[in-house]
Amino acid sequence: MTTAAAPIRAKQRPGDRVFSKSAVFAGSMILVTLAAVATFLIVQSIPALFADSEDASILDTNFWAYVGPLVFGTIWAAALALLIALPISIGIALFISHYAPRRLASALGYIVDLLAAVPSVVFGLWGIGVLAPAVQPVYSWLVDNLGWFPLFAGPVSGTGRTILTAALVLAVMIIPIITAISREVFLQTPVLHEEAALALGATRWEMIRTAVLPFGRPGIISAAVLGLGRALGETMAVAMVLSATGAVTFQLLTSVNPSTIAANIALSFPEAYGINVNVLIATGLILFIVTFAVNAIARWIVARRAEFSGAN
Amino acid sequence: MSKRIEVKDLNVYYSKFLAVEGVSLEIEPRSVTAFIGPSGCGKSTFLRTLNRMHEVIPGARVEGEVLIDGNNLYDPEVDPVLVRRQVGMVFQRPNPFPTMSIKENVLAGVKLNNKRISRSDADDLVEKSLQGANLWNEVKDRLDRPGSGLSGGQQQRLCIARAIAVSPEVILMDEPCSALDPISTLAIEDLIEELKQEYTIVIVTHNMQQASRVSDKTAFFNIAGTGKPGKLIEYDETTTIFSNPSEKATEDYVSGRFG
Repeated sequence: MTTAAAPIRAKQRPGDRVFSKSAVFAGSMILVTLAAVATFLIVQSIPALFADSEDASILDTNFWAYVGPLVFGTIWAAALALLIALPISIGIALFISHYAPRRLASALGYIVDLLAAVPSVVFGLWGIGVLAPAVQPVYSWLVDNLGWFPLFAGPVSGTGRTILTAALVLAVMIIPIITAISREVFLQTPVLHEEAALALGATRWEMIRTAVLPFGRPGIISAAVLGLGRALGETMAVAMVLSATGAVTFQLLTSVNPSTIAANIALSFPEAYGINVNVLIATGLILFIVTFAVNAIARWIVARRAEFSGAN
Repeated sequence: MSKRIEVKDLNVYYSKFLAVEGVSLEIEPRSVTAFIGPSGCGKSTFLRTLNRMHEVIPGARVEGEVLIDGNNLYDPEVDPVLVRRQVGMVFQRPNPFPTMSIKENVLAGVKLNNKRISRSDADDLVEKSLQGANLWNEVKDRLDRPGSGLSGGQQQRLCIARAIAVSPEVILMDEPCSALDPISTLAIEDLIEELKQEYTIVIVTHNMQQASRVSDKTAFFNIAGTGKPGKLIEYDETTTIFSNPSEKATEDYVSGRFG
């Protein structure tokens, strides 16, 4: 009879245990936090979802009629902001990564990062105090001369505090984050691929188009999603700049503008009571879902061409 | 298709550092010329000056002349982009564009040159280039798959197909087999033998057997010590370099008694 060989046990070192436990803890915290927020939103929202104008004074008919224009305004403002910010950000990022002399590039990088640290209330003040008066004459001109184009239909807003101005402020706010991420991704482009393009007789722009941008595509999408997320959720700047009436309209330059969910919560919350509070929280839940959907779509886009991503 | 290269008294600098000094040589059309020498002797640097790829590195510049059929590449009016369209390059590590399919990779250079190309012409060019690179039979059923899914040797041949698709005059190869296994290396060497019918080929290699197998003429570069510039020591028929070199340093290097 032979004695069974004792299994060789891996030695457990305290460092390994501490690290693995703390990593698991950190990973689960994000889920716990998310779950806590989601639970709060859902529980608090339930009374609002079935409320009518008798229960909550801010509702005209029911909750869905109330939140609809807000969802529209939120997505419309954020989409406009992204449309403005994305090309500019990619341009800045490419300039920093591939065109600017090295010293200028690092200085520019600092400035862009600094822009990300400006509080949104400052952007709001700038939007009201500087941007809105400055763009108002431009808006007048657009309405007078290009008023036949549906987006630019009149009558023009006298204050300049329209959805387009809000989108411009949002664009300025999301440019730093999109730029910073795109720049990092562009800098990671393998020299090998850049040289491959150059050796085929590519100009600098052609090299960027064949090697840098395709390689950076997933990163650009992630950057755009982060920027869009910030634009969707931005509260203070929009609340200050936008003069909202709650209409559903694509017109950019009139004084009839949709509001956004976050700005509406900020503006209405101080005076809310009873079920009205639940209604506002429920709009927050909708914003949560919209943001989640945007993220999911972006991930799906990135994953669709994973085979061609350059990671293999 | 192929052209004669003439280099006159070429110095290459990285900022103030003189990396390669006083190289003069002539390369005949439709021939294979090998550059051999120890690491850091400037042979790759010199190779890159033949299509101005060294200019990618900030601070790199040259003095002297490189003439391709009598035209100086470094004439102030010459656009480096046009030089590189004439003088193609294959790199040490295979570098197909990862975001492109096999077919798109082959056509990448053609599309750059802003040529509009019809679908059937494009298909013909893809087939011709891939056949030219001995890759057609292996990939003809998966032209729309990513180029990065091929083996290393196949990827390198894809890069050669991409280079010959733009019909260059000269093909430079910077240690094209150093990342490949022996069988893939053999495939590339066979290919070089065939490409020589149409193109002028210059190849940098660390592998002396390879130099003696594929090249007609061989240039031996050496360096006196770290911080010193690399120099062309001897340039002659490959058989002469490997059997009866006139310089002692060359003999030491090719016979493995280097130092």
